[in-house]
Amino acid sequence: MYIIFLMIAVSVTVATAFLLAFLWAVRSGQYDDDYTPAVRMLFDNEVTTKSNKKTKEEQSIEKSLQS
Amino acid sequence: MEAALQTNVQTCYHCGDSCVDELILADEKAFCCTGCKNVYELLEENNLCSYYNLEENPGITGKKPVIESRFAYLDDAGVEAQLISFKDDNICKITFYTPQMHCSSCIWLLENLFKLNSGVSESTVNFLRKEVSLTYFHQKVSLREVVTLLSRIGYEPEITLADTDGKKTIKPSRTIIYKLGIAGFSFGNVMLLAFPDYLAFTEGLQRTFGSFFGYLSFLLAIPVFFYSARGFFTSAWEGIRQRMVNIDLPIATGLLALFFTSIYQVVTGTGPGYFDSFTGLVFFMLIGKYFQQKTYDTLSFDRDYTSYFPVSVTVLKENGDEEAVAVRNLTVGDRIRIRNQELIPADAILLRGTALIDYSFVSGESEPVEKVMGEVIYAGGRQVGESIELEVVKEVSQGYLTQLWNDSFFSKEENTSVNTYANIAGKWFIIVTMLVAAGSLIYWVPRDMEMAMRAFTSVLIIACPCALSLATPFVHGHTLRVFGRNKFYLKNTAVVETLAKIDAVVFDKTGTLTEPSAAELNYTGKALTAEQEQTIKSVLSHSTHPLSQRIFQSLNGETIAVENFQEFAGKGLVGEINGSIVRIGSASYIGVKADAVKDTLKTTVYVSFDGVILGYYTFFNVYRQGLKDILNDLKDKKLAVLSGDNDHEEARLKELLGKEAELNFNQSPVQKLEYIQQLKKQQHQVMMVGDGLNDAGALRQSDAGIALTNSITNFSPSCDAILDATAFEKLSKFLKFSKTTMTLILLTFAVSLVYNVIGLTMAVMGLFTPIVSAILMPISTLSVMTFATLSVKFAARRAGL
Repeated sequence: MYIIFLMIAVSVTVATAFLLAFLWAVRSGQYDDDYTPAVRMLFDNEVTTKSNKKTKEEQSIEKSLQS
Repeated sequence: MEAALQTNVQTCYHCGDSCVDELILADEKAFCCTGCKNVYELLEENNLCSYYNLEENPGITGKKPVIESRFAYLDDAGVEAQLISFKDDNICKITFYTPQMHCSSCIWLLENLFKLNSGVSESTVNFLRKEVSLTYFHQKVSLREVVTLLSRIGYEPEITLADTDGKKTIKPSRTIIYKLGIAGFSFGNVMLLAFPDYLAFTEGLQRTFGSFFGYLSFLLAIPVFFYSARGFFTSAWEGIRQRMVNIDLPIATGLLALFFTSIYQVVTGTGPGYFDSFTGLVFFMLIGKYFQQKTYDTLSFDRDYTSYFPVSVTVLKENGDEEAVAVRNLTVGDRIRIRNQELIPADAILLRGTALIDYSFVSGESEPVEKVMGEVIYAGGRQVGESIELEVVKEVSQGYLTQLWNDSFFSKEENTSVNTYANIAGKWFIIVTMLVAAGSLIYWVPRDMEMAMRAFTSVLIIACPCALSLATPFVHGHTLRVFGRNKFYLKNTAVVETLAKIDAVVFDKTGTLTEPSAAELNYTGKALTAEQEQTIKSVLSHSTHPLSQRIFQSLNGETIAVENFQEFAGKGLVGEINGSIVRIGSASYIGVKADAVKDTLKTTVYVSFDGVILGYYTFFNVYRQGLKDILNDLKDKKLAVLSGDNDHEEARLKELLGKEAELNFNQSPVQKLEYIQQLKKQQHQVMMVGDGLNDAGALRQSDAGIALTNSITNFSPSCDAILDATAFEKLSKFLKFSKTTMTLILLTFAVSLVYNVIGLTMAVMGLFTPIVSAILMPISTLSVMTFATLSVKFAARRAGL
């Protein structure tokens, strides 16, 4: 049964680690704005615009070929 | 071609406005003005056109060109130092307030600023606060260039005098979150250690590890006692020092009793202690505190005049050069230039130009006032029309407005809400507790000394009115949210209680009871033909006078070319169309005899064709929608109107407000303030509803000052609550609902009392054990929370909010 000492020591250590992580998160301002990050993550990377441009160029090439 | 365009009006690709006045085609896209087109080209060049894919027409109209020389003051090292938040050899950090931000496209563009200028290394948007935080390399790009870049793409940061005063905006306090986190951590772990106590079959476990668990719990409870719960102890101590009993006093005694009884039990090995109850109580009560504190920190309730003043102004040098100078550095004798829509920062004499000053911001007058050369124009006025030149006669800090503001009356003493329900309840609570505790002591001491101590401490513990202290924040917190959903934003939860006690309501007239933008227009005289209307409209289209603009908007038809147009400031307009001379203007300008003019108090505009007077337009104040119903609902309260205007609306107001209402006209800001003070002296609880800076004093002086505004992020004097103009018709409902919430709080008190009575009975009998405490405590707090939440929701639905 004395394993309980070890188990509790481990569990309290893990819990403390989480508490510290939480405190760090608050301190670094992660709880200040709960709206913008949600929008930010939906932005596509630049790739889409580039591919749009490419298709535009392709279209013009196609047009010139056709004519 | 033109006809086709007119039937099918295109909307601007950039800002979404309809391209009525102008249509510019570029890149197969329509733009309403060159400003919009320029922004588009800038974005296109830098491959930033995702801006347009995220939202439809996300841009901000470029019709008002930004005069970039205006930002010259940002080159001043002193100004820069006050604005930026961090600077080292390489980088600068700064946060701007950009109220134009409105959609996800805005976020995207502002966070991609580095693509427009390589000097910007990083930009982060806080959408709710409408702030953008920038990091830039100050060797590559100056602050001025950054601001210019932002303005060029439509997001001109709002930099006001308050920013340069060094009063940095206070960041929202995170202490409560730290406290909550630590209390929650300890609560969870102590609960885990206390669990064997709750169940019968783990008794063996308890016997072996009891003291280890006890000491560990004690260890975990220490930070809760010294850090998380500190607020309750300090508040109770403050109360005692002021010889007052507040709700925190019984809480503090309860917590102290819990903590020290537990230590005693653990050290002597007589029991497991109440650490689980202790940490749990603190955790739940902190949730209540958090609820109470949470408010609309994106809105600003404490603005003073400096938030409205610009930072810089254009100063004309002797050689005619223009220079942007920080307003703080203006000195008497400086010649300044004020352009259309700019605010006059200091009292000054008009030297050149036609001044048409809109004082609505200071006095609440809706119509701009004409000023002639040589007249003094007070700070706070906004110029409408052409640019004017002025000579400063008083420094900014000496001006009329500043003096008014610094008047001691204008500062509201922070009321330490002594007579809240919770505090009154707390007072009775502690009296009853002490009596019961003493009674049980007297009963048990002759019989059983140990039992006497146990009963005494148990009474103190159970009397901790945690559920009671949770009732108010929860009911108020939910009310705050219900109001917020209905566009009524309270400064804090205490305002709900103030609103419930209101028995006198004072309104400002202009802009509050009346709708400034929607003055009704009435034409009297010979009926106008469509052709005549078109002619009048065409002439009016050349004038920037607000009255001309309003008549212009009310008329139909296309504008046609006008010859020999002339505008006589303060008098009227003249123009020639198809050979006939059209005059539009005041009675004296058109040549109407003074005795023939009816209703001299109303604003009228006459029209004549070739010297023949056709008729006149009259402007009526339009009262806000639903005003009659609100006033009817408020009949049981004392009503009053304070107006900066003259008394020509008296009859109409009397009819609306009833005979008992007090109507005061021609009131200066100080008179308004004094009126409120007088009402307060008569033991009235006063609510003031106003909109302009002229009401600011009265708003602060009243028990509940409510600022009415058309756009909540922009413009509101300091107040206790901000009401969106569209929700004005619900005002009486809000008042009624805050009364209902007080009943709900009483009901919640009753619920929590039931638990306390059960607990107290057990305590005096000496049956109160850690297990009973561990069961009773969470049930009582949780049921109070649930009851408060559900009852407010139910009441709100019934009230139609």
